[in-house]
Amino acid sequence: MHEHDVIVVGAGGAGLRAAIAAQEEGADVAIVSKLHPVRSHTGAAEGGINAALREADSWEDHAYDTMKGSDYLGDAPAIETLAQDSPEEVIQLEHWGMAFSREEDGRVSQRPFGGLSFPRTTYAGAETGHQLLHTMYEQLVKRGIEVYDEWYVLDLAVSDEDEPEDRTCHGVVGYDIQSGNIEGFRARDGVILATGGLGQVFDHTTNAVANTGDGVAMAYRAGVPIEDMEFIQFHPTSLPSTGVLISEGVRGEGGILYNSEGERFMFEYGYASNDGELASRDVVARAELSEVNEGRGIEDEYVHLDMRHLGEERITDRLENILHLAKDFEGVDALEEPMPVKPGQHYAMGGIETDENGETCIGGLYAAGECACASVHGSNRLGGNALPELIVFGARAGHHAAGRDLGEAEITTGKRDEWESGDVETPVAPGEAGISGADAVADGGAAAEGSDLSPDELVARATERTDRRVDALLENDGRNHSEIRSDVQESMTQHVNVFREEEGLKQALRDIRDAREAYQNVGVADQSRTFNTDLLHTIETRNIIDIAEAITLGALARDEFRGAHWRKEYQERDDENWLKHTMLSWNDGSPELWYKPVLLEGEEKRYEPKIRSY
Amino acid sequence: MSTQLPEQVEEESSAAEAEPTSAAQERRLEKKRQRAEEKERQRQAEEAEKALEEEDTYHLKVFRYDPEIAGKKEPRFDDFHVPYHKGMTVLDALMYARDTYDSSLTFRHSCRQAICGSDAMFVNGSQRLCCKTQLSDLEEPVRIEPLPHAEVVKDLVVDMEHFYDQMEAVEPYFQTNELPEGELEEQHQTRENREKVKMSTRCIWCGACMSSCNIAAGDNQYLGPAALNKAYRFTMDEREGEDMKQQRLEILEQEHGVWRCQTQFSCTEVCPKDIPLTEHIQELKREAVKNNLKFW
Repeated sequence: MHEHDVIVVGAGGAGLRAAIAAQEEGADVAIVSKLHPVRSHTGAAEGGINAALREADSWEDHAYDTMKGSDYLGDAPAIETLAQDSPEEVIQLEHWGMAFSREEDGRVSQRPFGGLSFPRTTYAGAETGHQLLHTMYEQLVKRGIEVYDEWYVLDLAVSDEDEPEDRTCHGVVGYDIQSGNIEGFRARDGVILATGGLGQVFDHTTNAVANTGDGVAMAYRAGVPIEDMEFIQFHPTSLPSTGVLISEGVRGEGGILYNSEGERFMFEYGYASNDGELASRDVVARAELSEVNEGRGIEDEYVHLDMRHLGEERITDRLENILHLAKDFEGVDALEEPMPVKPGQHYAMGGIETDENGETCIGGLYAAGECACASVHGSNRLGGNALPELIVFGARAGHHAAGRDLGEAEITTGKRDEWESGDVETPVAPGEAGISGADAVADGGAAAEGSDLSPDELVARATERTDRRVDALLENDGRNHSEIRSDVQESMTQHVNVFREEEGLKQALRDIRDAREAYQNVGVADQSRTFNTDLLHTIETRNIIDIAEAITLGALARDEFRGAHWRKEYQERDDENWLKHTMLSWNDGSPELWYKPVLLEGEEKRYEPKIRSY
Repeated sequence: MSTQLPEQVEEESSAAEAEPTSAAQERRLEKKRQRAEEKERQRQAEEAEKALEEEDTYHLKVFRYDPEIAGKKEPRFDDFHVPYHKGMTVLDALMYARDTYDSSLTFRHSCRQAICGSDAMFVNGSQRLCCKTQLSDLEEPVRIEPLPHAEVVKDLVVDMEHFYDQMEAVEPYFQTNELPEGELEEQHQTRENREKVKMSTRCIWCGACMSSCNIAAGDNQYLGPAALNKAYRFTMDEREGEDMKQQRLEILEQEHGVWRCQTQFSCTEVCPKDIPLTEHIQELKREAVKNNLKFW
């Protein structure tokens, strides 16, 4: 059994920052990640990092913009923490040598981004995430922090008290991809989940193949509530054939969207008469699909993003990476012709419920980055707010897990008696497919056991359970997972996309149920212990099913239109009934829905919900 | 170029080390194996038939090896016929083959957009990133092999440890003795200087350059083009200051450093991010000479 003070799961921006922070605090920290750190999907982030660095700007303005962008579903303490800590974290990156783009006077550049009242998006060309990821990995190497790379975390070692709030996380179970060994990792002070996105739940996504929501699914099954899962951001400018992202920076620099009639539809059809292309992402994504649905799309599928008028010099200076992406993945020379773009799944606003210190309701279990929900983004994330979230909350979780006093959190976690319980009518029962014993073990669904065990015994027990699960998957002579996975992905993209209707959501739940049942008979054909990606992907598919279901349940329950969540039957934001977070608890296999009020009370003021127009 | 396989471990010893499994489990696994083989034969027959019917397929010849699976211990090439659509990349084709025909086909990949650097392979005789290589640019059959000059773990996966070791040998992190006083104050850098290091910061650690380099193949201690480029990125960054530059050049001048490069440009040719690696190494050589003259 490996043993460290703090174990960080995942090695993207949040994981690396958390590990560095824990080490700054003197902890013996290790990272366990299914990818080598530099392969993490943080590297694909293009646009930039919002931070109020300049005199004319203020953290208060950044917080206000973020709250408005969230459509008043973000929690003020989390949003204000983000806006307050971001400048310091960005300057920290600069001091670590990050290659930011520069102004004439040598200071770091900032640019305008959608939904921002000040150009505060600090950037490095159109490859900000790549620069950030590598800069932080360099610090990891410098500090000699241990990384178990290509180790896939299959389970959390959590005690099994009745109430999740009484449980404690003592470590994780890791699977060494190269050798096939399964080993326990005991964490003396804390486990930080930083597993990133879940885009593989959909079939058209800007996310990496590795973004299968593992952390969210593991925490959910261990009893941590997951929050606001229905809020999925669809980025307005992804390339149609692959889902590769074209940065919002293109519009920030002046890129224009046209429909098939050559009309600048953002203005001409009144989708965003003031801000046009620079309206918030949810607004632009819906506008594009409306154009396509009304017959003004190109090839009935996409619209055009044109940046030719910016001129070669400016494009090469600030958006060079975009030229390569358009060429390599769509065969378009963006200096000569407009780029085809359409909305693609991009980001999950929801995730593992945490407070502003990254703590979940389970003792010793933290989450940070895209897999977590503090909640900073509410129902819609602003461009340029994901990277500061990684570094701000990664650092806080790392410091806190290693023992630094960050003060009492204002956000509460876990289910309380006074919270409202929820109810949603589903066409099929959600949750565990209803089998027990050995099969449930193979399924990854069985609960933890033995609250009277010592932490070491608990990790050992979880390791044995994982061993049995893997053996069962290898022995089963069942169906390959890939078809089950693609059925779920297609159903999600068809029914739980930008536009959502009740019947479609119900159909998605039926499809997910079918997938669950099919998964009972899943088997891994590859019998090798060496680098068995067949096994890995099969386990990921189980996570995809649980998450797809949570997203859809939330979407069906929330009968209003807020931020990224549009419902055909309910076209208004309903502040009277819905200024609350959608919460789901796994409850040992039968999902329970409840609600937690939004916190609009900031340090010095209350954020009154206003009509959100751009 | 040769593909390197790890030295075969004696079969008996590895079997002895393995956990004892029950006889019943062994029988079940044996049956599963037999069924899998039967399915594989069926697949190949069906696929060959399909390939004849359909014009628009691409023929892949893919390297296979697994140190513990009978039939794969000896490296072989498997044929896959993949239906083609416009814009299809080598990675798309591999994923299709895996998801449709053989789920044990193993390769690294993640972002699909040339930024994670996972899927550099040897495609039709040169190092390429599979996700940004269009099938339509390739002659058939498309031959896909693991990166040469690295030990093969399984199928198209190679052991990257040596590559990472070299990357980490050049103090690959920013160092300076003179940070600004205020906590919220940034260091200044001229646009020209940022431009100078820009290309070098684009490296995605895919290992294509190292695999293409004849010198690295013959000298295991040679830092190699990627690590030297990483060193260039910091040596040329004006924010580090002169002292640090001096220190870095001393590391780079060592026996297995910059002077080993014989400017064959193979690294530059294969770099999927168009980094002028050879030029960077040459520039470091010039800097080293200048530096020595200064202190002579």
